[in-house]
Amino acid sequence: MQSFHLVPWIVFLPLIGFLLNIAFGRRLGERGAALIAIAASAGAFAISVLQYLSLNAHPEGAVVHLAEWIGIGALSIPWAFRVDTLSVTMMLVVSGVGTLIHIYASGYMSYDVRYKEDPGSYTRFFIYLNLFIAAMMVLVSGNSYLMLFVGWEGVGLCSFLLIGFWYNRNPDGKKGLLNSQAAKKAFVANRVGDFGFLIAAFAIFWAFGSLSFDEVLPQAGTVAPAVVLLITLALLLGVTGKSAQLPLYVWLPDAMAGPTPVSALIHAATMVTAGVYLVARSAPLFAAVPEAQTAVAIVGGLTALFAASIAVAQTDIKKVLAYSTISQLGFMVAAVGVGAYVAGMFHLVTHAFFKALLFLGSGSVILALERAHHPLPDDPYLPKKKKKHDDHHGHGHFDPQDMRVMGGLRKQIPLTYWLYLIGAVALAGLPPLAGFFSKDEILTDALHANPLVYLLLTAAAFLTAFYMGRQIWLVFFGEPRSHAAGHAVESPPVITAPLIALAGLSIFGGLLNFPGWHPLTDWLEHTLRHDLAHATVFNPGVAGFSTLLAVVAIYLSWQLYGRQPLKERQPDPLKKRLGRLFTAMENKWWVDELYFAAIINPYKRFAAFLADKVDWDFWHDWVHDSLIAKGFRNLAHFLANPVDLGVIDGLANGLARAAQGLARVLSLLQTGFVRNYALVTFLGVVLVLGYLVFSS
Amino acid sequence: MTGDLLLFFGLAIVAVAAAVGMLASRNAVYSALFLIINFATIGVFFLLLGAPFIAMAQVTVYAGAIMVLFLFVIMLLGAEQVQQPGGGGWQRPLAILLAVALVVETAVLIFGGGASQAILPAASDYGNPQAIGMELFSDFLLPFEITSVLLLAAMVGVIVITKEDRKKPE
Amino acid sequence: MVPVSYYFALSAILFTLGALGVLIRRNAIIVFMSIELMLNAANLLFVAFARTYGALNGQIYVFFVIAVAAAEVAVGLALIVAIFRSRQTVNLDEISSMKG
Repeated sequence: MQSFHLVPWIVFLPLIGFLLNIAFGRRLGERGAALIAIAASAGAFAISVLQYLSLNAHPEGAVVHLAEWIGIGALSIPWAFRVDTLSVTMMLVVSGVGTLIHIYASGYMSYDVRYKEDPGSYTRFFIYLNLFIAAMMVLVSGNSYLMLFVGWEGVGLCSFLLIGFWYNRNPDGKKGLLNSQAAKKAFVANRVGDFGFLIAAFAIFWAFGSLSFDEVLPQAGTVAPAVVLLITLALLLGVTGKSAQLPLYVWLPDAMAGPTPVSALIHAATMVTAGVYLVARSAPLFAAVPEAQTAVAIVGGLTALFAASIAVAQTDIKKVLAYSTISQLGFMVAAVGVGAYVAGMFHLVTHAFFKALLFLGSGSVILALERAHHPLPDDPYLPKKKKKHDDHHGHGHFDPQDMRVMGGLRKQIPLTYWLYLIGAVALAGLPPLAGFFSKDEILTDALHANPLVYLLLTAAAFLTAFYMGRQIWLVFFGEPRSHAAGHAVESPPVITAPLIALAGLSIFGGLLNFPGWHPLTDWLEHTLRHDLAHATVFNPGVAGFSTLLAVVAIYLSWQLYGRQPLKERQPDPLKKRLGRLFTAMENKWWVDELYFAAIINPYKRFAAFLADKVDWDFWHDWVHDSLIAKGFRNLAHFLANPVDLGVIDGLANGLARAAQGLARVLSLLQTGFVRNYALVTFLGVVLVLGYLVFSS
Repeated sequence: MTGDLLLFFGLAIVAVAAAVGMLASRNAVYSALFLIINFATIGVFFLLLGAPFIAMAQVTVYAGAIMVLFLFVIMLLGAEQVQQPGGGGWQRPLAILLAVALVVETAVLIFGGGASQAILPAASDYGNPQAIGMELFSDFLLPFEITSVLLLAAMVGVIVITKEDRKKPE
Repeated sequence: MVPVSYYFALSAILFTLGALGVLIRRNAIIVFMSIELMLNAANLLFVAFARTYGALNGQIYVFFVIAVAAAEVAVGLALIVAIFRSRQTVNLDEISSMKG
């Protein structure tokens, strides 16, 4: 059965959900709005599955032409959907994980809007979420760099809207503008990357005369390598923006200001992987210039290690995951950089599973604390069951995302604990969970291609296991370090059910490209060039070493955090061991401060200089007032007095006077006496006759 | 010198003298009378030239009707004498100069071209009133009729021009 | 026979005298009479040439000139009468309302 013609619905179903919720969402109430959004996302997933089934029968894929978008002369850019194994992989991840997160969000946001005291925003959240799914589908299904860019910008917009979802609050829930600033930061940082993408698109069109994948990619080898290098490096800039790589990663940690489902969907599972998808899609281009590949791999490796080091020292449960995401994205980028496109896509998929699981789990933890700290009188999932908690802890500052106030939660919320543990182990890369296989594949390929990258990634993997161990010990073991932690409430099934599904995927995701079987490699081979999609041979040495490192890291974290659990208000024990290094990591290597000092503040000073000195003093005061206004006045005066009154009027008056004078002279001829006129006539007669007589 | 020439010169002298007299007379009535003499001489010239009908018309219309009209107006207005003020002194010498120049020019024109054509004896019926009438009422019928309209228009015009404005506020 | 050039000369002299009268006399009536003199000079030439060439056309033209002169004199004298009524003069040097 072939159903490629249905592919536009992966975009239109979420779009319909988006429009329905805009029009009727508020009237339908929370359940109705959430159902529409979930149905739209699930519909997109169903279509994606249909595409998958069709591709099994016709692995060569198809291009579905929907409409002509831009047609100028020879330039023709249709809105066409590209259905091939690569894009369908992305569709499945986006719509599959997206649907699970929709379900989760329908429960989670019920609480969030109540804690933020803005229940009307519930519908708004799902409007944005459906719009995001639609935009992401445009991104992964577009058949040209321009359509990809439309989706690229669309998801950027949704990211902005969702990071700033609580636009009038700070991340700690108080009134403020920090969330909006975080959204702005994400948007601006992405803009820098988009600039690179656009340059790349222009260069592609200039070099290849087309933006369509069908026409550009097969010609990759025919264009001068310098041009391809420019294109790929510009694309890399786009990737560093969207996929949060060095040096543009700074927006992603701040993006945690968005609600937790957003962090899971956009800033872990789907949108941030768009850069990886872009590189994988442009694989023939990158393959043509090894320098660009090396650059991509180094950027990925450095980012992986750098972000992992920061994650070690974070205290906010979501910040740890955010830096972990950056680090894992570094793994993927490094993978596609060393040419291991399949490994990169493999890690993209597994990471989508376990990182979504971890984020959603952290959301469950946060919610558990919030509900214990400040029970809602109208808890939507616990109708008047429990007696009202004495809320003397409900006052004062309390940050439910701070791991220092948690501890011992495995007894209070065991389901969440077990699910979170699965995600953490998968991320740490212990066999036989999904993360082990995908990470191992990347490490093996990196060892073959670029030992430096391999070292960077291995170190990052070690730190990954360490900070995940630290998080587990801090959050779930030891004694509760706050009243709320001691009374945490397990989340309702609507929240835990998606977690269970994701946990299952995290456990069995490794089967996707199991060594020796590697179905994903065979699958992607239909799309990627044959030489680019090679099956990675399982390397027991690499796998064993990384597993050993992970175990050592977890043991170390147990030594520090597990054996002697942290007490309330006790400083991080690692601080004593590492001293300044820890402070640096805790402060994120002062990258934000560096950017402020090196770029933003000089830029602001420059802007202020432009505004005050150049615009106001120079341009307004001097140029406008002194030069133009005064000069104009002088010129006007000059024109008015000497020129106008003197020359022009003089000329006019002179002409008039001359005419008058001439008239006065001529009027002497007009005496009014008939005889004078007759005399003149007679003179004429004499002259004419004389001429006739004497001329002949 | 034949009789013809004698007659011509005699009449010519009378005509020129009458014209000069008309110019020179202080009194407008004298001028009018001198002009009548001139017109009469010219009428005789017409007869000599074989134009008896025109000669008669000359005497009756010009010397008769028109000059009577002149005299009538002169006497009606009492404008026999007009003071000759001294102003406009340049007009008179310039006019005389131009007149001399004109005479010189015509003299050159007339006598510079060599021997002149003599006037031949005419046919017997030349210029008699019957021939004139035949011409007038055949080839020149339309101009003749227009002349009648012209005279009528002049008559009406004269009445309109000279009519007293009854509505004059005085 | 008298050569036609003699008539031409006589006509020219009379015409010049008429023109001189128009130019030097101030009395409007005399100026008018001078104009009649000029017309007669022209008539004389017409008739002379008509005789010379044996064509009647010249005489016909003279007839028309006399008719037009009669009409002209009638209108002209009427104008002079009208001007005299309003200005009490027929002196052309006192009539300069055409001066700009």
